[in-house]
Amino acid sequence: MTEATGTSVVAVTRAEYCVIACAEAWRGEGEVLASPMGLIPSIGARLARLTFSPDLLLTDGEAMLVRPDGTVEGWLPYRQHLALVTGGRRHVMMGASQIDRFGNQNISCIGDWEQPKRQLLGVRGAPVNTLNNPTSYWVPKHSRRVFVEKVDMVCGVGYDRAAAHPDAARYHRIPRVVSDLGVFDFATPDHSMRLASLHPGVTLQEVREATAFELAVPDTVPATREPTAEELRLIREVLDPAGSRAREVGS
Amino acid sequence: MGDKTMTAEEVVSRLESGMTLGIGGWGSRRKPMALVRALLRSDVTNLTVVSYGGPDVGMLAAAGRIRKLVAAFVTLDSIPLEPHYRAAREHGAFELMEVDEAMFMWGLRAAANRLPFLPVRAGIGSDVMRVNPGLRTVTSPYEDGETFVAMPALRMDAALVHVGRADRLGNGQCLGPDPYFDDLFCDAADAAYVSCERIVDTAELTKEAAPQSLLVKRHRVTGVVEAPNGAHFTSCAPDYGRDEAFQRTYATTPWAEFAARFLAGDEQAYQTAVREES
Repeated sequence: MTEATGTSVVAVTRAEYCVIACAEAWRGEGEVLASPMGLIPSIGARLARLTFSPDLLLTDGEAMLVRPDGTVEGWLPYRQHLALVTGGRRHVMMGASQIDRFGNQNISCIGDWEQPKRQLLGVRGAPVNTLNNPTSYWVPKHSRRVFVEKVDMVCGVGYDRAAAHPDAARYHRIPRVVSDLGVFDFATPDHSMRLASLHPGVTLQEVREATAFELAVPDTVPATREPTAEELRLIREVLDPAGSRAREVGS
Repeated sequence: MGDKTMTAEEVVSRLESGMTLGIGGWGSRRKPMALVRALLRSDVTNLTVVSYGGPDVGMLAAAGRIRKLVAAFVTLDSIPLEPHYRAAREHGAFELMEVDEAMFMWGLRAAANRLPFLPVRAGIGSDVMRVNPGLRTVTSPYEDGETFVAMPALRMDAALVHVGRADRLGNGQCLGPDPYFDDLFCDAADAAYVSCERIVDTAELTKEAAPQSLLVKRHRVTGVVEAPNGAHFTSCAPDYGRDEAFQRTYATTPWAEFAARFLAGDEQAYQTAVREES
């Protein structure tokens, strides 16, 4: 689609569909902390806060709770942040170096953990996040290297692992995975990953080729929704006027 | 009440090879780098390091001083992957106890409270349990019957932290927006060594800052080191931010060359070399 902004007409970019898809993760979440990791989820969280989810809490990425304009409204050092996680009043969107069909996620290392082929970040807070508050994922480049049959190290707990620990995993929920190609969820009988929407311009074939496991695909796959004119204005003029989003996802 | 001021060299002289050492800060933020540099000048080695890891871990790993690391991550923040830590791991250079960030905090709290463990929901179902076969679970004795990870106390022989201000007695003050876990590190260790940007009179501590900033209490502190710019090149808000240019130099220079250029002399030589670099 195209949208009039001022005198020019600028088509909605892939990065902007990604922002919308990320923002939707926080729709209806109420008065919880939105913890976006990565640029596009950050723009998405602030967009949600400025439009359909005004009660969301946001941080400055450090120890302060801030309004979208930067006004400090609270203090959240790491120690309190970790306590907030276990209290459950949070929805985090993490990155994933690998993710499998049941939503197990890896950011620790590639290869054998004892002596990895490629050391990455470490498990960070993925175990505590996934057992305590809704955890969504953002993957800026959808490929078979990321969407794998089996992750090398389970950092974020997926649905099959959660099912094996029903008491400990009673707060486990993975609302969505957003990639540069589409939106995915686990709304299938066995909680395996399902294609929920395709970003406009992306084909089902493309997604299948970039995914190393069998995706559940409904008979009719909707398109990721269009941004409203106001959302486009906020993204382009208020939240990311420098257009940094295009560096995370090209068109 | 004793004057606990000492030099970084005196701190290191009290450390021994084989010790379990906690290092405060978080990633590339308010790390006690002057104390780490002093450690690198010594022959103390074979360490078990407990850290929310940053360049402290990277440098000790590059210098081959780590026998075992306890961590949830190692990062330079603005450079997500710590190059020396990565290289060490990819060579299988030391043992790793990889736990979640919250498990780590519970481990510190257990140690600070003289408990053998604390129950934590984090870890169940993840491969943290696979890669730490020594981790045990504990079942709630109440009707919920839930099973938790029994996160063992992360007890340390010594803790090294860096704060904004301290008095000569060991009262330490965190002036930045996040105290990280430095007070917990001090409480969880048999001995705690606090370096600071500036030693001030006790009465000065609360003249311009709120009493809540006085997180490190003197009864836990063995030594106080005045080390201006002592967290360099990590951040030390509000005194200074991270030296991003220098951190890039650290991350991109081969270790031997970096060590020869910046770590061959004492702390003063380091700070002079840093000034000449910028």
